[in-house]
Amino acid sequence: MGAGRLYVAVAVGGFRRYATYRAATAAGVFTNTVFGLILVSTYRALWDERPHLGGWDQSQVVTYVWLGQAFLSTLAIGGGGVEGELMERIRTGDVAIDLYRPADLQLWWLAADLGRGFFQFLGRGLVPFVFGALCFPVYLPADAGTWLAFLVAVLLAMLVGFGIRYLLALSAFWLLDGTGVTQISWLAGYFCSGMLLPLNVFPGALGEVVRALPWSALLQAPAEILLDDADPFGTYLFQGAWAVLLLGAGRLLQSAATRRVVVQGG
Amino acid sequence: MGEGGRLREGVRTYLMIAGMWVRSTMAYRASFAMTTFGNFAATFFDFVAIMLMFSRVDMLAGWTLPEVAFLYGLSGTAFGLADLVIGSMERLGRRVRDGTLDTLLVRPAPVLAQVAADQFALRRLGRVTQGALVLGWAVSRLDVDWTLPKLLLMPVAVLSGCGIFCAVFVTGAAFQFLAQDAAEVQNAFTYGGTTLLQYPPSVFAKELVRGVTFVLPLAFVNWLPASWILGRPYPLDLPDWLAFTPPLVAVGCCALAGLAWRAGLRSYRSTGS
Repeated sequence: MGAGRLYVAVAVGGFRRYATYRAATAAGVFTNTVFGLILVSTYRALWDERPHLGGWDQSQVVTYVWLGQAFLSTLAIGGGGVEGELMERIRTGDVAIDLYRPADLQLWWLAADLGRGFFQFLGRGLVPFVFGALCFPVYLPADAGTWLAFLVAVLLAMLVGFGIRYLLALSAFWLLDGTGVTQISWLAGYFCSGMLLPLNVFPGALGEVVRALPWSALLQAPAEILLDDADPFGTYLFQGAWAVLLLGAGRLLQSAATRRVVVQGG
Repeated sequence: MGEGGRLREGVRTYLMIAGMWVRSTMAYRASFAMTTFGNFAATFFDFVAIMLMFSRVDMLAGWTLPEVAFLYGLSGTAFGLADLVIGSMERLGRRVRDGTLDTLLVRPAPVLAQVAADQFALRRLGRVTQGALVLGWAVSRLDVDWTLPKLLLMPVAVLSGCGIFCAVFVTGAAFQFLAQDAAEVQNAFTYGGTTLLQYPPSVFAKELVRGVTFVLPLAFVNWLPASWILGRPYPLDLPDWLAFTPPLVAVGCCALAGLAWRAGLRSYRSTGS
């Protein structure tokens, strides 16, 4: 079997694994929709006070809210991707089995995470987004090219998201217990990705800083393309640079971990 | 054994199990300190988002930052207390799925008390502390003529709010007997509820406000008492005395939640392996 086909099989497995739990998916859709409703109301009140805040009008920020609810599980912004399982495998020593498989550790988990992400994009993300688009005045681009450009940005966001979480997972080789790291990444993910408040609303220097961090490649960057608020190529460059940097760092850390660290479990 | 006896038995069981978990947590003091701080920080960022909003505007739907912080503090403290006391119940779905609930059924102690105290997490004090700090800050900044009834209504609202959220947790757990995998629905009402209550009622559509006033009475946690204390008009035309009814609403909710719990527990059929 060619190497390409192997990783496609892993990705398909990831997709099907998450597709199995239909009741859980429906529950997630419901919860995302409720949170979307709450956020839409608060942001509309905010934009009533300051129209054109951050350069957006109300319909644009409403689209942003539903996009955020769609991306929360797709990009595992608060965690909940494959990294939890990888951490557990490192802690128990099962990672030794992964290491002697004739496949690359990083690509294997990347494929699994992409499969998971695609399922959650379709299964958990689409329904709240369509609900929001039908029930509220939303901004949607008329141009098919913008939609296509948006989908490319989503794919890049998936790579960046995995890049961040893979580094976290590998930290378990040294820390063993991932609770603290997971908690910090959950916080950083929510705050710096714009889940709590769109990054263009952050004031002054704080806004500049959060926009330069990798988390802004997750939600803010694809959203700005869909809202016709950013040049796709500049955005791709930013997302791509972070993806290369994070995945490269993951590769370095992986080789350091596998060379130096004695695997748990005897 | 009468109802009073069962209640005493339940509380005794709860305290025993919770105490055991506290002792086990204290074996790793550093980890306890860090996770408590993490719990504090996690909810603190919610409030940072609100402060960032107010860095761009002076009012949100007619409410100032200290007034919104007052809502946030009341709801955050009430929810934090409920989460501390009974929050572990959201994991009941897992026990139903893998059948480990059977172990609790054969013990000679009330199941509700056992489930509520299971994995009692003292670190959740972090959330309570954060809510209380915001509440204290809000009270120091508010321009309110504090009278005795207003001062007394605050702790009454927090405790009643805790009761209302406890009822939501218990009802959610009862629902998990049926739902199993769909446990996440509960989050929409617990975490979703407290997020909703952090913002002024005037932010939301009237139908939603009606829903959380008359159907799922979350409005009694803070919206109604706070509207009266701050002298803000409530979006629905309701009499003033309703601001003093949270304790009654809490008792009613807990009674209904108890019935739901009994119905749920009776429908439990184990995993059958």
